[in-house]
Amino acid sequence: MADVTYREALRLALDEELARDPNVFLMGEEIGRFEGSYKVTAGLWKKWGPKRVRETPISEEGFVGAGVGAAMLGLRPVVEIMTVNFILVAMDMVVNHAAKVSQMFGGKVKVPMVIRTPGGAGAQLTAQHSQSLEVFFAHTPGLKVVSPASPADAYGLLKSAIRDDDPVLFMENLVLYNLTGPLDTTAGDGAIPIGVAKVVREGGDITIVSHSYTVRRCLTVADRLAQSGIEAEVIDLRSLRPLDVDTVIESVRKTSRCLVAEEGWATFGISAEIAARVHRACFDDLDAPVERVGSAEVPMPYAKSLELAAMPLEEKIEAAARGLLAECGVL
Amino acid sequence: MVLIRRFEERTEEQYTRARIGGYCHLAIGEEAATVGAVDPLGDHDYLFASYRDHGTALAVGSDPGAVMAELFGKAAGVAGGYGGSMHLLDVERRFLGGWGIVGGQLPIAAGAALALDYTGSDGAVLCQFGDGATNTGAFHEALNLAAVWNLPIIFQITNNLYGMGTSVAMASGETELWKRAAAYEMHGERVDGNDVLAVHEATTRLLTMARRDRRPSLLETCTYRWRGHSVADAGKVYRSADEIAEWRTRDPIARFEHQAIEAGTLDVGDVSELRREVDATVTEAIKFAAAAATPTVANLYDNVYGDPGTAAQFARMDTAGPFGERRETRGWRT
Ligand SMILES: Cc1ncc(C[n+]2csc(CCOP(=O)(O)OP(=O)(O)O)c2C)c(N)n1
Ligand SMILES: [Mg+2]
Repeated sequence: MADVTYREALRLALDEELARDPNVFLMGEEIGRFEGSYKVTAGLWKKWGPKRVRETPISEEGFVGAGVGAAMLGLRPVVEIMTVNFILVAMDMVVNHAAKVSQMFGGKVKVPMVIRTPGGAGAQLTAQHSQSLEVFFAHTPGLKVVSPASPADAYGLLKSAIRDDDPVLFMENLVLYNLTGPLDTTAGDGAIPIGVAKVVREGGDITIVSHSYTVRRCLTVADRLAQSGIEAEVIDLRSLRPLDVDTVIESVRKTSRCLVAEEGWATFGISAEIAARVHRACFDDLDAPVERVGSAEVPMPYAKSLELAAMPLEEKIEAAARGLLAECGVL
Repeated sequence: MVLIRRFEERTEEQYTRARIGGYCHLAIGEEAATVGAVDPLGDHDYLFASYRDHGTALAVGSDPGAVMAELFGKAAGVAGGYGGSMHLLDVERRFLGGWGIVGGQLPIAAGAALALDYTGSDGAVLCQFGDGATNTGAFHEALNLAAVWNLPIIFQITNNLYGMGTSVAMASGETELWKRAAAYEMHGERVDGNDVLAVHEATTRLLTMARRDRRPSLLETCTYRWRGHSVADAGKVYRSADEIAEWRTRDPIARFEHQAIEAGTLDVGDVSELRREVDATVTEAIKFAAAAATPTVANLYDNVYGDPGTAAQFARMDTAGPFGERRETRGWRT
């Protein structure tokens, strides 16, 4: 079992799906000759040619819409949006069109399409280039949303997303691309079902729920808590829509404490949704209300000092966890 | 132009020294297209640009120290350290921003022209953007609005042949971008963007057309970026070394120098004196930026809303904010 980067895992899944199904094709800005802004598609244009790896002008609304149309005729487009910030230009095609087709037309047409796009902050890219917008899509019926945090999950979930008959938003994070992890390509084809959360660390004292890169931060926090004798259970949601609430509930019933962390803005966010569901399902099990951590609710400032202050870094997540535990009389 | 060139060279150097972060798009090679179009602007005219905006800010007369301080993320920067390289502005000089979403500034600039028209101002708007931006929906919507509303605006395409690694030929059905004006019955024209005098002449004429005749226009200035798309791009995979070398022989600064010396308006001594001055100005700007104060965390919630009265209210509703509701005060555990 070799260690690969998240980027390589995505590339491998794309390559294998291109080989498996001639109806799969990639589309996006700079994904060909330039090999992708973040080099996810490196080598694929050379290998598969311009029909399977289609370069587009800066016309997000146009080519996301074209993806919907091609999918309605049975192709399986995998559209890359350079970063999630630019998908806002195509929001009409995603929310008003892709998400509506199946039901609006009485289940007679499908949109088997994937939109891959990275979000996230931390490189001083400022207000218009640092957002985490998963919740916009997780809010929308008709879409599926996945947000893997490890190379193996990226590989397996991308395969499932491509084979899925509905529009899937595949949300990445810029910081994840260089992260390495094991990938076993010998056991089956590695597809991982959409809609199943994963306990990535077991523990009985507190449940920490997150998705995407924030999972990594939470694992670091769990290690730090362990030094104080606290065993945290860390849950990686992996899919946001459908949402696997049962895995979260089962854990909170065991630990009686729950912290949710995300890189998006917490108000009306993923963490708000989890908190609402946990409060309802686990009201009698909880030692204290669910605690949440998100990004400061400001457009991301440029100055490094302000950017760091705005982000939900390990220190903030750890402080929230310790605060919650203290409140429960544990620390 | 000399100032922009030097400023950008030193910016590149400061970036490699990690004093500047984020995206950083240099305008080296494109100086004439910027200066030739910005220089004719008058006291009532407004200016919009893309993220490749350092040259635009300097051309409009912004203080190089304050611009460099913004790149350094300092409170003394033109946007207080909040915006960085891509979001320079100078409200006093009516430069309303560098914008980071390709095509985004076009409808906004049309709106500024609408406001000028609405208030009976004799000003006009110059909106700069790249060749790649002409493929966005916003480009077409903005041009059409300007046409049907007879707005006083010049849309300037700085055609540097590439949007990142994608050539105009790969991305645009009509590669003579100025011709797209025809779809809106708008005046369009193309000039040599490395000839500062030609750009100046065209812009001056189109400004009159905008102000006096209420006719918008599309001006394509053809130039080349010598560096990569941003400092993170070596700029070599998608274009040949010969092509780059060829364009470097068409240096807009050398060309103007030659023109001016021929015409007798400058002599060689003036030119070297100017270079010395510019060197000193940029060195001073870097010193100023390096010594300036960093914004403090206490300023995190500043300016998010224009109404300062609401800042505390919004900070309070932020669970990540300094004033987020604390559980202790709710007496959960009695
Ligand atoms: C809507 C949108 N899509 C993609 C991007 C990423 N991007 C930033 S600059 C750029 C190329 C723009 O090229 P052009 O308009 O020619 O301007 P230039 O950089 O050459 O000055 C791209 C694709 C973006 N910022 N906004
Ligand atoms: Mg360009």
